[in-house]
Amino acid sequence: MKILVPIKRVPDPQTNIAVRPDGTGIVTDNVKFVINPFCEIALEESLRIKEAQGEGEVVLVSIGGKECQEQLRTGLAMGADRAILVVTDGPLDPARAAEVLAKLVAQESPNLVFLGKQAIDDDANQTGQLLAAMLDWPQATFASKVVIGDDKKSVTVTREVDGGLETVAFDLPGIITSDLRLNEPRYASLPGIMKARKKELKEVPLAETGVSAEPKVKQVKIEPPPKRQGGRKVETVQELVNLLHTEAKLI
Amino acid sequence: MSKTLIYIEHAHGKMQKASAVAVAAAKAAGGDLTAVVLGKGVDTVAAEAATLGVAKVVLVDDPRLEHYLADIAAQAVAQVAKAEGATTIIAAATAIGKDFFPRVAQLLEAGMASDVTSIGTDGTIERPTYAGNVVSRVQIATPIRVITVRGTAYPPVAPGGAAAPVEKVALAADAKSKMRFVEFAETKSDRPQLTDAKIVVSGGRGLKSGENFTVVLEPLVDALGAAMGASRAAVDAGFVPNDLQVGQTGKVVAPQLYIAVGISGAIQHLAGMKDSKVIVAINKDGDAPIFNISDYGLVADLFKAVPEMTEEVKKLKAS
Repeated sequence: MKILVPIKRVPDPQTNIAVRPDGTGIVTDNVKFVINPFCEIALEESLRIKEAQGEGEVVLVSIGGKECQEQLRTGLAMGADRAILVVTDGPLDPARAAEVLAKLVAQESPNLVFLGKQAIDDDANQTGQLLAAMLDWPQATFASKVVIGDDKKSVTVTREVDGGLETVAFDLPGIITSDLRLNEPRYASLPGIMKARKKELKEVPLAETGVSAEPKVKQVKIEPPPKRQGGRKVETVQELVNLLHTEAKLI
Repeated sequence: MSKTLIYIEHAHGKMQKASAVAVAAAKAAGGDLTAVVLGKGVDTVAAEAATLGVAKVVLVDDPRLEHYLADIAAQAVAQVAKAEGATTIIAAATAIGKDFFPRVAQLLEAGMASDVTSIGTDGTIERPTYAGNVVSRVQIATPIRVITVRGTAYPPVAPGGAAAPVEKVALAADAKSKMRFVEFAETKSDRPQLTDAKIVVSGGRGLKSGENFTVVLEPLVDALGAAMGASRAAVDAGFVPNDLQVGQTGKVVAPQLYIAVGISGAIQHLAGMKDSKVIVAINKDGDAPIFNISDYGLVADLFKAVPEMTEEVKKLKAS
């Protein structure tokens, strides 16, 4: 089966994020960028599905500047077959990104689109669901287990929801978004990195997709969060329990 | 006056508290409020929602809505939103709200802001991004706005007000789901829900194993009548299930008392608990960032301090 995996370039989650003084964005000098961790999990699961089936194709997509080539090459080195980069001047909001993906779905006709549940930059958690609604496809977000049916025409997904695990099933095509514990993504091997250089990476200007870059949600300003005052230390457990009882009056 | 529709979520025939937070957010934003309840045989939920200070409750009771499924739930909410002429549609940013509200937005061709912490009367919305390192102020540019609200953003509206009318609406004949509900494996626990609890005790990588969560941490959790949480590091390490995760990619909590045990305080964890009223940190590393935000910090070996604290709490409660 054919799986489309959109991946987003984001700051390394280990990086300290600082807000630019003018409030228009974050400081990106000397910041390392990586594949969004949830997207990486989606890619890993897609590769495992392909490997288990012994056939199929995993197609990567990214939307952004030329620098996204770096993340697409990493994904190709992990084992994806080819990549498409939709080149934009700036970031698209989730609604526009989903419109771009809907165009690509129409061209590529995948059986499954596998995304991360959210990107760790805008933390929107929308793109997969928006795409599902645009295509009128079924969806399973926050996946922690994915089982493709023997006939490869359906999927059963266990989802991490409030208070437990929910299992849903649907006929393909459909949308799945990954949660944290679905798998542990592999590292690209050296032969994988060598092979990736020769794999197809096609660039498509945004204009060719016919999708507008105009955001549906406009960013007015960004700011660092308010700081919480803390830092008081206690010496012993007795002192701690005593303070929680007499001062904070919470136990 | 603009009209706001609030989706009321329920489990086991009871309204979820997070939905009362969504109502509070809708009140802060202003406008006429209508609540919508979906399900099968959920009159009691509608009756409860009617006491939250809304003008009306729309109840869509249909066998097709017996189990929550994202696609048909979105169709139902969009149907009601259109019929009511609502220009703002709000839900709590729970697993369900996060799952299907983007679909509602798409069906209404609306822009959406997720997991927001504030909605201003001038339309400015605040939401944490970059794992809580950044507060983004946004404006939704479309005529209809779809919003999910973080469960700690506003104090929940207390039910028990004068009952608003409940109007039953039939689900559109062509509404259908392409998904099948298979099962729900509920995590059984006698403890309070993580997002509702007055006291939360969370463990991190410092606990070293899942067994230590049971042997070392749980006695303290139960002595305090608390809910148990965990850091992403502890979840990643496989010590505990992901539904205990407190943080930007897990649950966001704001209890009266939050006790972080063996948690260093990665920013993504802090994003999930920093609005707690009182924060206690127990960690053997005195330089751990968690101490910068804790009200009471104890630099100690948790394997000694936690059992000792359990005993002290028991003594205190017995006296």
